Amino acid sequence: MTFQPSDTTALVSIRGLSFSRNGRMIFDKIDLDIPRGKITAIMGPSGTGKTTLLKLIGGQLRPDSGSVRVDGTDVHRLGLDDLYALRKRMGMLFQSGALLTDLSVYENVAFPLREHTRLPESMIRSLVLMKLEAVGLRGARDLMPAQLSGGMARRVALARAIVLDPMMIMYDEPFTGQDPISMGVLVQLIHDLNHGLGLTSVVVSHDVHETASIADYVYLISGGKVVGQGTPDEVARSDSPWIRQFMEGLPDGPVHFHYPSKDYASDLLGFAAH
Amino acid sequence: MNSVLKPFQILGESALVSLRKLGRANLFMLHVATGFPGILARPRLLAAQMYSVGVLSVLLILISGLFVGMVLGLQGYYVLTDFGAEESLGVMVAASLVRELGPVVTALLFAGRAGSALTAEIGLMKATEQLSGMEMMAVDPVKRIIAPRFFAGLVSMPLLAAVFSLVGVLGGYFVGVGLLGVDEGAFRSQMQAKIDFDEDIVNGVIKSLVFGAIVTWIAVFEGYDSVPTSEGVSRATTRSVVYAAFAVLGWDFVLTALMFGKD
Ligand SMILES: Nc1ncnc2c1ncn2[C@@H]1O[C@H](COP(=O)(O)OP(=O)(O)O)[C@@H](O)[C@H]1O
Ligand SMILES: [Mg+2]
Repeated sequence: MTFQPSDTTALVSIRGLSFSRNGRMIFDKIDLDIPRGKITAIMGPSGTGKTTLLKLIGGQLRPDSGSVRVDGTDVHRLGLDDLYALRKRMGMLFQSGALLTDLSVYENVAFPLREHTRLPESMIRSLVLMKLEAVGLRGARDLMPAQLSGGMARRVALARAIVLDPMMIMYDEPFTGQDPISMGVLVQLIHDLNHGLGLTSVVVSHDVHETASIADYVYLISGGKVVGQGTPDEVARSDSPWIRQFMEGLPDGPVHFHYPSKDYASDLLGFAAH
Repeated sequence: MNSVLKPFQILGESALVSLRKLGRANLFMLHVATGFPGILARPRLLAAQMYSVGVLSVLLILISGLFVGMVLGLQGYYVLTDFGAEESLGVMVAASLVRELGPVVTALLFAGRAGSALTAEIGLMKATEQLSGMEMMAVDPVKRIIAPRFFAGLVSMPLLAAVFSLVGVLGGYFVGVGLLGVDEGAFRSQMQAKIDFDEDIVNGVIKSLVFGAIVTWIAVFEGYDSVPTSEGVSRATTRSVVYAAFAVLGWDFVLTALMFGKD
């Protein structure tokens, strides 16, 4: 079941995308496709620009050059109204959950409905409870975000992200800082929601094993380039030393354990010389 | 870089940074203004903000106004008795409050109480990705979060300044008439005769509206423009109060010169 990046069924297709921040190149002409109905993982070390990539897809940042097409439309050519219309069909789960701290769990999930629809209260209630049930937190509806554990906050944010029935969801580091149990819960949820609701999912992460266990296709990015791609098995079997180091979490390899420094012995002796 | 030119380069750079920020602040304000129709359609959002921006500042304003009025009563009495003019105490207290101290001190207190809270709240919402999250839910955070807060500040300031002046006059009355024995009738009648509606009260209200706009504008912009880290938010909060104080005092001079300087 190898997916070819040139597949015409790609929901998101990125071509020649370059982006720089404060004169630093974050992406250097990358090409990337997110197939419909699948879970695509984007992995890479911290600070490579994974969050930035999601914000480029969501139209929150503008590329220096290149294009991002979502469902056939170029995100960065849309006017604000059309962009907002598109965003209603894309959910995004921020790393922190990004719940509104002054609203209860229930009101957080109801928020997009209240902002975008004129549904009667009874309908809003049913929808909110259905989505909370899907993430297993119907009983937590009256809690405030500050009372939730990190994993619960992400699940509430997930319920909120699917409340408008989007076509895709982007997850930013959904597993970071989770204990093994809530990690397992989230892995299961992402998998089940994707297949149960017919979504397309993009999971950005550096948790290699969890992500690889549910991903249909994996992109590895580093230093502004796509350095590897394929099914999780293909990537795991790669003979590139960098990919092996990243996938297996080896402390030393092409990426050195030591920050560049001068010679250790002369550094130690350097004090005496002064 | 030539070392002689270095200071000029630094000066020029910081001038450019400031100008850019001023430009951003103006564009931001235009964006906020586009949110006004939406606020009128959702009065409950505004009411909630009027509560946290305005109502929660009332106690501070009451206490401060009372003490400022009492001090004015004392100081005014000592100066005026030297001229045998203690009957004018009412005018002196009321004019100082309505023209100057009401709007200015209220604005300074408002910047410390409500402005800093607004900056910190918005900065934290930015740092915790609540604003980005809202954008991704196709909700404009400037319209949904900032506009009601700005509008609440704009409306609250004149009301708070009026409360401050009112309580201040009562404090001055209490000290002057109650403690120091100034004639009650003279205190009142002189005050009523000499405080002019257009000249004093309308100008005071204009000042407090302008200060309300300035303080709230600085507060919401500093929050929205803050570096989204804990350090960035704490710096923005400090800047919010300091800039607001400078801006209020500077604009007070300009407005006073325009309003009272013509004759
Ligand atoms: N708002 C910002 N302003 C300037 N630089 C930023 C900002 N956000 C992120 N960066 C920089 O962009 C790079 C990529 O960041 P990010 O996309 O958050 O990485 P990742 O999510 O892969 O850890 C980092 O070097 C980071 O320092
Ligand atoms: Mg990130």
